[in-house]
Amino acid sequence: MRFFLRRLSHAFVLLVGVSILAFLFTTLAPGNYFDEMRLNPQISPETVAALRVQYQLDRPLPLRYASWMNSVLHGQMGFSFAYNSPVAPLLFVRARNTLLLTITATLIAWGIALPLGVWSAERFGRLPDRLLSWATAALLVIPDLAIALGLLVFAVRTGRFPTGGMTSLDFASLPLSGKLRDLALHLTLPVTALVLSALPLLIRHVRAAVAEVLNAPFMLAARGHGIPRQTLLYRYALWAAANPLISLFGFSIGVLLSGSLLVEVVMSWPGLGPLLLESILSRDLYVVIGGVLLSTIFLVSGNFVADILLYWADPRIRTESGPK
Amino acid sequence: MVPILEVQDLHVSYSLPGGASYAALAGVSFQLGAAEILGVLGESGSGKSTLAASLLKLLPSNGNISKGSVLFESKDLLCASAGELQQIRGKRISLVYQEPSVALHPALRASEQVFQVLAAHESVGKSTLRKKTRQLLASLFLKEADRISNSYPHQLSGGQRQRVLIAQAIACRPSLLIADEPTAMLDPTTQREILGVFRTLRDELGLAMIFITHNPALLAGFADRVLVLYGGRVAELGPGRTVLSSPRHPYTRALFQSMPQILETTDNQRKTKLPVIAGDSSATPLPLEGCVFEPRCPDRMEDCRKREPVLVNLGESHTVSCFKYGG
Amino acid sequence: MEVETSHGGQNMQPLLKVEKVVKAYYPKSAAGPREKLLALDGVSFAIAQGGTLAVVGESGSGKSTLGSCISCLEIPTSGSIWFEGRDLVALREGERRRVRPRIQLIFQDPSNSLNPRWSVEEILLEPLILQGRLKREELKHRAVALMAEVGLSAELFQRWPAQLSGGQRQRLAIARALALEPKLLILDEALSALDCSVQAQIANLLIELQRTLGMTYLFITHDLAMAAHLADEIVVMNRGRVVEQGPAEKVLRHPKEEITRHLLAAMPSLNRAVRPPLEL
Repeated sequence: MRFFLRRLSHAFVLLVGVSILAFLFTTLAPGNYFDEMRLNPQISPETVAALRVQYQLDRPLPLRYASWMNSVLHGQMGFSFAYNSPVAPLLFVRARNTLLLTITATLIAWGIALPLGVWSAERFGRLPDRLLSWATAALLVIPDLAIALGLLVFAVRTGRFPTGGMTSLDFASLPLSGKLRDLALHLTLPVTALVLSALPLLIRHVRAAVAEVLNAPFMLAARGHGIPRQTLLYRYALWAAANPLISLFGFSIGVLLSGSLLVEVVMSWPGLGPLLLESILSRDLYVVIGGVLLSTIFLVSGNFVADILLYWADPRIRTESGPK
Repeated sequence: MVPILEVQDLHVSYSLPGGASYAALAGVSFQLGAAEILGVLGESGSGKSTLAASLLKLLPSNGNISKGSVLFESKDLLCASAGELQQIRGKRISLVYQEPSVALHPALRASEQVFQVLAAHESVGKSTLRKKTRQLLASLFLKEADRISNSYPHQLSGGQRQRVLIAQAIACRPSLLIADEPTAMLDPTTQREILGVFRTLRDELGLAMIFITHNPALLAGFADRVLVLYGGRVAELGPGRTVLSSPRHPYTRALFQSMPQILETTDNQRKTKLPVIAGDSSATPLPLEGCVFEPRCPDRMEDCRKREPVLVNLGESHTVSCFKYGG
Repeated sequence: MEVETSHGGQNMQPLLKVEKVVKAYYPKSAAGPREKLLALDGVSFAIAQGGTLAVVGESGSGKSTLGSCISCLEIPTSGSIWFEGRDLVALREGERRRVRPRIQLIFQDPSNSLNPRWSVEEILLEPLILQGRLKREELKHRAVALMAEVGLSAELFQRWPAQLSGGQRQRLAIARALALEPKLLILDEALSALDCSVQAQIANLLIELQRTLGMTYLFITHDLAMAAHLADEIVVMNRGRVVEQGPAEKVLRHPKEEITRHLLAAMPSLNRAVRPPLEL
C-alpha cells in the first residue's frame, strides 16, 4: 500500500512539474495570440493592447501561473482565445473523440498481436515465422504518414469509406442503428491506420517474449506432464512472458491521447491532435498547456496501471522469497 | 515376469549446426519390471538426460531417434502419435526433472500446477479435481499442506519444490516414474527424505522407477538394479548390491575408487590425492572406433581400440561390456 | 567454546580468526513488521596459514553467509574478522578494498560466476589488468601460466564458458581467483555441482595448490565425505551457531553433538549397501 501512495505522490509532483514547464515554454516562445492581429492594419494598437490586458497577457509569469492553477481547480483550465470559451470542455470533447479512436485501435491491435505473436513464437525460425517477420519488418519501415495517405487513396478510389471526419452531415437525423453504422464507417480507416502502425512492434515483442519462455525448463516439464497444447501456450507460456508485455501495455495506455496525432490530422478526425496543432500555431496558450497536461496524465496513468498489473501478475514482485 | 518397459537398441543423435551430428546414445537396451527401481548411473556426457527425454519423445528439435524401440506395456512409444503421447505423459509415465527451481512455473501457485496435471488427464468436474489436489498435497506435505498449496515456487525451499514436482508426477497414478537427478541440489538430509518418499511411492503405489544420477552413493540400498552408462552405451548392468559392492567394468571401478569414503579416511589418507580417472569425458570427443572408454581406461588392451565390446553375461543377470570378461 | 587453531602453524598467528561474528537480516514479509533473522549468531573459529577448515551444515545453517562475510561481500552486524592481523570489519572501505584481492571466493555454479559473453582469455585477463602490476606483454604469459597451474591448456583461450565442461569451468574459476595471488580461498560448495569423478580431480588440484603455493582454504560444504578428505579441522554449524568444532578425525569418529551425528548418518555412502531408513 505504501508503495502505491508513494507512486501516486510522485505522479502528482510530476504533473505539477510538467505544467510549470509547459507554461514556461509556451509563454517564453516568441509571439502571442494577438500578434496576428497586430499585423492587421485595420485594428488599432490600442485595441490590441486592451485585449492583451483583458486576457492578462501583461501580468508577470508567476501570477499568471497562479491564476491558471486556480482556474484548473475550478474545472476550467484557463481560457481559449480562439474559441472564446473555457479550455476544459473544449479539451474534453476532443479528447473523447480521440479516445474513441485510440481505444478501439489499441484493443484490436493487441487482440491481433497476442495470438499472432504466440503462433509465430511456436514456429520460431521456421518458414511461417520468417514470413511473418518479413511482413512486420516491412510494415515497420513504411512511415505512418504513408499508411494513412494510402488508406485515404483507397477510400477515394473505392468510394466505400468516408474520407474524413467522424460523422456524416446528417448524423443527428439518423436512427440509433444508423448512427452506429455511420460511426463505424468513419472509424474504419483511421483505426486501420493506427492498428497497422502499432502491430509490428507489438507482434515482435510478443513473439520475442513468448519464444524465450517456450524454451524454459518448466515448459518442457509441463509438456512432460502431458499438459495439452492450448493450455501450454496460453496459461503457461503467455503468463510467464507477461512481464515485458505488461510494461508494453502500460505504454500503449500512455499514448492513448498522444499517439494518434498524425492520423487524426490526415484523416480529419476531430480529436485532440488537430486541436493542439492549431493552438500551437496560433499561440492559443491555455489550450496548449491544457492539452499537454492531459496527455501527461495519460502517460503517467499508463505507467501506473502497468505497475499495478505487474504487481498483481508476478508473484515474485509481490512476495518475499522463502527459506533456502 | 512381463517387463513394464523394454528398451531395445536405442540410438539417439543430435544434429549440430554445420551438418555434423553427435551420437548421444549408441545402442542402449534394458528392461524394467513392475515396481522395480532401476538406477541409471551416468556422468555428464554419458547420455543420461538424453535417455530420460527420449523415452517420452521429449527431445529438442535437433534430436533424432535413429534406431531402436521403447516398448511400454507392449506398445512402441517411438511409433506413437502426438495425441497418444500426450495421453501417456503425466498419466502412465511421469518425468521428474532435475533442478526443481526451474521446473516449476514461476507465476503459478503450487496447487494450481498440480491441478493442471490432473485437469489434463482426468475428465471429472473441477471440484473433484480440486479435492484430489488437496489430498495429494496433504499426503506429501502433511501439516504444511495448506501453506505450500498457496505458495509460489520462489517461496519454497528446494526440498519442498521437489515434493511439488513429485506430486505432479504421481497425480494420475502412473505406472512408471523417470526421475532425472531429483536430489541434485539438495543437502544430504533432504536428499534422504526425498529418497524415502520415492521408496514409499514404490511400496504403496507399486510404482516402477528409473532413477538417474551421477552419484552412486545415492543408489546404495535404494536401487534394485543399476545400469552404468558411459559414452551413450551400457557399460554394466546388474543387481544393485552386486554392481555397487563389486563392480566389474573398469570405469565403474575407477569411479568408485575416486570417491572419498567418510569412514575409511584416516589421518594418513587425509589430504592425499584421490585416484582419479584420467581425462575429462565431457571435454574430449569420444573415439569413433573401439571401446569408448579405452582412452581413459587403466586396463586397456590391444583389442580395445579396434572393436567395440558387447555385453557379456557374468551370471545372476549381471552383464558387462568389456573385453576383460570375454566377448 | 574454546577456539582451536588447525594444525600447520603453531608458532604463527592464524591467517584468519573469526570472533563472535553476528549477521542479522530484516526480511520484509507481505504483511506485518520486519522480523530480525540471525543468519550468524556469534561464530568463532580460526585457520592457520596453509591449513584447510571445512564448515559443514545443512541449508540455512548460515555457512554461505559466513563465506560472504569473510570475503567482504557483506559486512557483519557485529564481531571481528581478523585477517593477517587486521580486523576486516573495522576497516574503512578504501582499506578493505585493498585487502579484498587476498581473499577469493569460488562459487558453486561456475556457469553463473563466469561471464558467458567473454572468452576464456578475457575472463582471465580481467583480474590481471585490474591488478595493474604487469605490463601488456607479460599479461598473456601470466595467463598461460595460470591455466597450466590449474591443468587447462592454453588452446582453450578462445572458447566460451558454455563450451567448456563443468570441471573445466571450475578450474577456470580457480585460475581467475589465483590471478590475484590470494592468501585465502573460500570454496562455497565449489564441488557440489560437479560429477563425482570430476570432484576428485578438482580436489586433487586443490591439494596440489596447497602444497605448491601454500594456499589456505575455507571449505564450505554439505558433503561430509569430501570435507573429511580435505580438511584438517571441521566446524559444524546449525542455525547460525557453531555447534561443534575440532580436528577432522575427532569430529567425524567421535561426534559429541546430536546434529553432527545426524549429519553423519544422513550422508549417502557406498559402504553401507543396506541402510535403514532415517527416522524423520
